Amino acid sequence: MSTTATRVIVTGQKSSRRALLRRERPEHLSSPGQRARLRKETLAGYGFLVPWLIGFFGLTLIPMAYSLYLSFTSYNIFQPPKWIGLDNYIRMFTSDPAFMQSAQITLIYVLVGTPITLIAALLVAMLLNYRDKGAGFFRSSFYAPSLIGGSVSVAIVWRAMFANDGPVDNSLSFFGIDLGGWIGNPDLVLPAMILLSIWQFGATMVIFLAGLKQVPKELYEAAEMDGANAFHRFRAVTIPLLSPVIFFNLLLGLIGAFQVFASAYIISNGSGGPAGMTNFITLYLYKRGFSDGQMGYASAIAWVLLIVVAIIAFILFRTQRSWVHYSGDSR
Amino acid sequence: MTTASFSEPTFAMVENQLDDAPQNAPRRRVKRKTWQTVIWFVVLIALTAIVLYPLVWLLLSTFKPNSEFGQNMGLLPNNPTLENYVKVSEGIAGVPMQQFFLNSLIIAVGSVIGTVLSSALAAYAFARVQFKGLGILFAAMIGTLLLPFHVLIIPQYILFNNLGLVDTFIPLLLPKFLATEAFFVFLLVQFIRQMPRDMDEAARIDGAGHLRIFWSIILPLIRPALITCAIFAFIWAWNDFLGPLLYLTSPENYPLPIALRLYNDQASTSDYGATVTASFIALLPVLLFFLVFQRFLVDGVATQGLKG
Repeated sequence: MSTTATRVIVTGQKSSRRALLRRERPEHLSSPGQRARLRKETLAGYGFLVPWLIGFFGLTLIPMAYSLYLSFTSYNIFQPPKWIGLDNYIRMFTSDPAFMQSAQITLIYVLVGTPITLIAALLVAMLLNYRDKGAGFFRSSFYAPSLIGGSVSVAIVWRAMFANDGPVDNSLSFFGIDLGGWIGNPDLVLPAMILLSIWQFGATMVIFLAGLKQVPKELYEAAEMDGANAFHRFRAVTIPLLSPVIFFNLLLGLIGAFQVFASAYIISNGSGGPAGMTNFITLYLYKRGFSDGQMGYASAIAWVLLIVVAIIAFILFRTQRSWVHYSGDSR
Repeated sequence: MTTASFSEPTFAMVENQLDDAPQNAPRRRVKRKTWQTVIWFVVLIALTAIVLYPLVWLLLSTFKPNSEFGQNMGLLPNNPTLENYVKVSEGIAGVPMQQFFLNSLIIAVGSVIGTVLSSALAAYAFARVQFKGLGILFAAMIGTLLLPFHVLIIPQYILFNNLGLVDTFIPLLLPKFLATEAFFVFLLVQFIRQMPRDMDEAARIDGAGHLRIFWSIILPLIRPALITCAIFAFIWAWNDFLGPLLYLTSPENYPLPIALRLYNDQASTSDYGATVTASFIALLPVLLFFLVFQRFLVDGVATQGLKG
């Protein structure tokens, strides 16, 4: 069932990567004297790929290289870029407290929000998996927010939800907790943002649910026969069998969380406030590049973001050997 | 099927649906299962109420008169009215509402056409053609799947600015026609790979070229996946905020999300009713899409996660 390409993304295993890259030549190409045919195939392949190739080189690879170059310059789009070496990077880490704060709150947002979202998604998926009849309605209801959660409309609603005397404030007051409005409060605006990301647990949940449906029932029955209680069954059966899906969701969740922009922009009216507590790295990058005209500095910020995302992906791929189990593997 | 012996008809119904226990199962066990099912429903209904509350609030708040916001932040309007809709239809910043709506529609429909066309072409090459460099290019495509988009906004902006294309829809639509959204290419590659090769081979023996096979065999076969791609491409383009924020400068070019920002900035205190109503209108097509196509969307995500 699981195709090779997924496994490369999800596993990074050398063996499957090789399998993916291995060229399986169809019969009509492997017989001798078919070189002309092979050349024709190559031509056809690149013909189909023309749009993608233009996009890949013109809008991704070359711009990336250019942005790396810009990150070593001072550039405001009106005058030509001026080479300043590592100054942008040095400035970022030594004399720009706004950047340090931005990096800090982004990391908190990502590292707190993503695991909680995953846990919530897994718990609700297990709840839905208990029974098939009626689950479809709940599945769809929970999925809806992840489709619209990043939109401007929802950010506007979120402001109202967490406003002073808004629904959240009123419900908490009912239990005697008086917090007031969350959006204007530097201590509470980040939790409100994290709750917005947790609210979008539906897509992750749907993926978990599909994974749970594939866990063989016999395994649970066997474990129950051996006297394992619900918690043991969860730890010894559910988690290992689901670990490839957990890995996939964790990877995509972390990378996605780094890119939160519209909701932070709308909730803070583009300022990143109060007290810089919604000034996520993408918003900071945008303001530096497009409001302050510091395109070189903003490019350096973008590259730091890219490197951090790459490091996190690398760590995940590296550690998966110890906790991700693939049913097809003999280990 | 056991005939439930409970007096409450609802319980009996729930029980009948659920029960796959053998006929002579002990009564106590059946009862326990019934209670579990009841609790299951109660917990999930409560959870649904919490999750959907913000959306219901948004819908009902569009009927609140402006003066009610701040005092009545609850669900139901005290004095329901349509005045917000009248106000919103007049537009903002001298641009009528239907202009924003039309701009959103052009961007979203253009994105759908571009994404589906270019992604299908690229996916066919990756999945079905054997050419030199396939391995490395495929790996590059997978790499862009994990690339944070924000690394590209500055160089892309400089590029489109130099070409004099800022404040047109081209910077928003051109990338879609060049298959830059690797998610869609990947999804379609996965789908094409699952298709049996027999028909390709047969067509090839009959002398059909790749273009013919792509058009007459593969495209019809992968229609469900194309529909999933089209729906996602529409919704993402419709909701996109950063792209239009960067590239569109004059209000008559604004799509709905940027127009909403105008309401949010200018009128957040004075005209909350209009802000909320415009937000709802912006969300409406996505919600309708969701209601109509939820099968495709939810199954698409499930497939993407496991097989994809």
